[in-house]
Amino acid sequence: QEKLDMSTYPVESIRNFSIIAHVDHGKSTLADRLLEITGTISKTDRNKQVLDKLQVERERGITVKAQSASLFYNHEGINYLLNLIDTPGHVDFSYEVSRSLSACQGVILVVDANEGIQAQTVANFYLAFEAQLSIIPVINKIDLKNADPERVEKQIEKLFDIPTDECIRISAKQGTNVEKVLQKIIEKIPPPQCNTADPLKALVFDSTFDHYRGVIANIALFGGEIAKGQKIVSAHSKKRYEVNEVGILTPNEQPTHKLYAGQVGYLIAGMKEVTEAQIGDTLFLYKQPVEPLPGFKSAKPMVFAGMYPLDQTEYNNLKSALERLTLNDSSVTIHRDSSVALGAGWRLGFLGLLHMEVFNQRLEQEYNMSVILTAPTVPYKAVLSSAKLKKEYGKDQITIISPAQFPDKFSVSEYLEPTVLGTIVTPHEYIGKIITLCQDRRAVQKDMLYIDENRVMLKYLFPLNEIVVDFYDALKSLSSGYASFDYEDAGYQSADLIKMDILLNGNPVEELATIIHNDKAYAAGKLLCERLKETIPRQLFEIAIQAAIGKKIIARETLKAYRKNVVAKCYGGDITRRMKLLKRQAEGKRLMRKIGNVEVPRDAFIRVLKRETDK
Amino acid sequence: APCPQWPYCRKRCAYCSFNTYVVPAVDEAAVRACLVREAQTLLRLGQVHRWVYTVGSRGAPGPSVPSCSFTALPCSVTSVFFGGGTPSLASPGTVAAVLEAVAGAARLAAGAEVTLEANPSSTSTSRLAGFRAAGVNRLSIGVQVRGAVPAAAPAAPRDPIVTALSPQSLDDAELRMLGREHTAAEARKAVEVARGLFPGRTSIDLLFGLPGQSRDAWAQRLEAALRLCDDHISVYQLTLERGTALAAQVRGGALPAPPPDLLADMYQTARNVLVAAGFRHYEVSNFARKGALSTHNLSYWRGDQYIGVGPGAHGRFVLRGEGGCRREARVQSLEPVAWMREVQSQGHGTRTRAVLSPLEQLEELLTLGLRTDEGITHERWGHFSPQLSLQAVFGEPGEARALQQDGWLVLDSGGLRCTWAGLAVLDSLLPDLLWQLQRA
Repeated sequence: QEKLDMSTYPVESIRNFSIIAHVDHGKSTLADRLLEITGTISKTDRNKQVLDKLQVERERGITVKAQSASLFYNHEGINYLLNLIDTPGHVDFSYEVSRSLSACQGVILVVDANEGIQAQTVANFYLAFEAQLSIIPVINKIDLKNADPERVEKQIEKLFDIPTDECIRISAKQGTNVEKVLQKIIEKIPPPQCNTADPLKALVFDSTFDHYRGVIANIALFGGEIAKGQKIVSAHSKKRYEVNEVGILTPNEQPTHKLYAGQVGYLIAGMKEVTEAQIGDTLFLYKQPVEPLPGFKSAKPMVFAGMYPLDQTEYNNLKSALERLTLNDSSVTIHRDSSVALGAGWRLGFLGLLHMEVFNQRLEQEYNMSVILTAPTVPYKAVLSSAKLKKEYGKDQITIISPAQFPDKFSVSEYLEPTVLGTIVTPHEYIGKIITLCQDRRAVQKDMLYIDENRVMLKYLFPLNEIVVDFYDALKSLSSGYASFDYEDAGYQSADLIKMDILLNGNPVEELATIIHNDKAYAAGKLLCERLKETIPRQLFEIAIQAAIGKKIIARETLKAYRKNVVAKCYGGDITRRMKLLKRQAEGKRLMRKIGNVEVPRDAFIRVLKRETDK
Repeated sequence: APCPQWPYCRKRCAYCSFNTYVVPAVDEAAVRACLVREAQTLLRLGQVHRWVYTVGSRGAPGPSVPSCSFTALPCSVTSVFFGGGTPSLASPGTVAAVLEAVAGAARLAAGAEVTLEANPSSTSTSRLAGFRAAGVNRLSIGVQVRGAVPAAAPAAPRDPIVTALSPQSLDDAELRMLGREHTAAEARKAVEVARGLFPGRTSIDLLFGLPGQSRDAWAQRLEAALRLCDDHISVYQLTLERGTALAAQVRGGALPAPPPDLLADMYQTARNVLVAAGFRHYEVSNFARKGALSTHNLSYWRGDQYIGVGPGAHGRFVLRGEGGCRREARVQSLEPVAWMREVQSQGHGTRTRAVLSPLEQLEELLTLGLRTDEGITHERWGHFSPQLSLQAVFGEPGEARALQQDGWLVLDSGGLRCTWAGLAVLDSLLPDLLWQLQRA
């Protein structure tokens, strides 16, 4: 393959940009069109979410992992190199967005002409604004019947202080005005401020793992140049590497002779583990150290859950699947864990519930692994009062990521819970219901603003655990899908927490133990018991389903025993069909989780935890 | 044991999902010729020594083709069962022709049980006498003690349609709901006639768990049945099979679904009442006194070989005639016209054949054998599993041991069987036992 010569693209002809948008506002479609117009990919009807490579991304229509692509575009006689960095749309993955933005000088902010500004539009705008990037507002889907670009332009003006005439109205689906977007990128986004004559200074902004070639690091050059054979050093680890290959992504890897200051591409340098390509790290030439770039805070897990193999014999298979999957998703944290009931497993930290679902789905789809997941919990803290515990932990304050670690109130002076500042954008007719929902979730209102005559932006301080499982679903359902939600970390607050156990015939169900606010325990315990009663199949004996705090039972349901379960007529007819059913049930025994004598289907816990909105 | 199937009915019952056909006119001569030919072919293939023969697709009453099945002792057929459809709608001549064919192709043991399923509306004295002359010596009547009224199920009686009515019309109301063709009075008459012709060898069927049926109504039904019956009673819980008119009405809310606890009570009532009246509860749904057990069905539950003849009939047998030694599951073509065409061209209408692995044979034995009060004897188990004994599979610590400790099962010198309580929940025991068997 002919290697490209990138020296023909000096800094002045380079533009690095991201597309940011609320979910479903058409970010990936716009990316597809930009790739087509610039000839990066050929134009066919099949180009749908070209940059979304994962099966789960395509199935769910979401972007989980940022991707980049270099586009070549001739404008007024000059060849430009446009580096597009596609970013995830869901709130769980907003850290990916901020990471991608650090390699950019500008963003295209896409807003749906029908839906208008949504919670994540706001969040993304502020990320770009705070990074001092140029912002090109684009109003998409003007081909839709209910499109109202004027209204959206006014919202943008009111909320972001961008004049209405700066918005570009497009239809990414039909290609209308997409060319204009390209021109605006060149006119409005400044080229990167850097110099090829300087010593090498490269930012690692993402990485992936390839089984044959090892770590592939995505880099943005803030100075100098890089080529095969050079010796480079990681500012983070001080480890030395030799460069094997550099190139650009179009969107597949295409090797080049060199990469120059201002350019974005990839690097392969014999890194064996993804942790060696620390995201936010700065790379420089051996013996020519530079001042490292600021780097990033690592992604902070918001939700923790235990993960265990269905069967302990699968432990090693699951272990290697987890290792490989986390190579490409470094935002998942892993700690080894074990429990009496579930055996050896792990405590995993996720960015949110969707992230957890996506991770679990990838385990199933890409590695064919089925697992037991425990109830998700958020990272609580406890300020210790017991001298014994303080000594044991070596500190006064501990973080609790598993209900099993929850210290009782006699050894604690205060429990703390994580909070987030949530942004909700909704048509005003739903305000009443949404305020009730927020109060029900122990949230405190911080702000309320009309962004136009009939849309309102609300800001609430939420305890994180109140929104982790089902808040988003509840919000969507009571607003017929019109309200949107996003949140950001807002530190810890004091909270009256307790640990609630769920018992089946007196035996605790470890998967369902939860740390919960005292005010919520009775209602939650009752609901969980009722759900379990519906989910657990009748058995040969009566089953008491109880919620307990310590030794005190706070809720109970009774599942009666089977008194008759035998098919009436069994002769003459062919029993083949019946044998199939029985054998499937026998096979199902393998997938049952036994709690004492009680058999519980493996998916029962997840079904129980998904709340009202599923009904 | 051959089981010839007569798949035709005069009318389809509201609860029936069997392979039955309601046609204006049946070419009985043609059907008869095919039943005879298929019986001959299959008996030759199986080189029948010891078995049961069944004729008929299973089903409800109507103008019909029987299908039938056979069981046999060494070198002979020990039973023939004409099922359906409504085999009593076939002429005695057809029954006689099939029996002659069986006797010609294999030895029909002296005293072999020859059962005919009958519908109260096709059981006149002369007709039943004709069947007796043809060789039938046992009658199974679907009386639904309660008779038959040719009418569609009532439109939408949400409340128990039954409670306010007199016992007599109550029977008829139930029969109407079930879409049965006869009246209660006809049913009683049919049983009396049958008992006169087949004394000690007349069986009646009862159904419970009808939408809206109360505990008391069922108890009365049982009492009435005891006054009428001979020495064999089958008691079936009504199963709402997908695709039937009754299931659709229950699903649509037009009829109430009976609650599980009520069904359990009704079943226990039946067991208690019948056992108190001197009946042996020898299978989940079957009761007999004075030793009047159904030889044919018993051999089926014991895992003997049987041949199915007729549209949609099923069989389990070893093809010794082809030098085979493996037990096969065979199903005959469902649709009568296609079945006849196949029989005429190739001698039989077998649509599917599947060799049963040793494990599959044991799974079937377990599933069927535990339905009987004798359970699975060591001898019978050994016949299918010479190497691995019952004790070796189920005597070790595991599911069966736990089920024994909880009082659902017994494993002793007699074999493996359900306790009185265990029999009522057999379907909850089987998955555990099959799972243990698969690992053995």
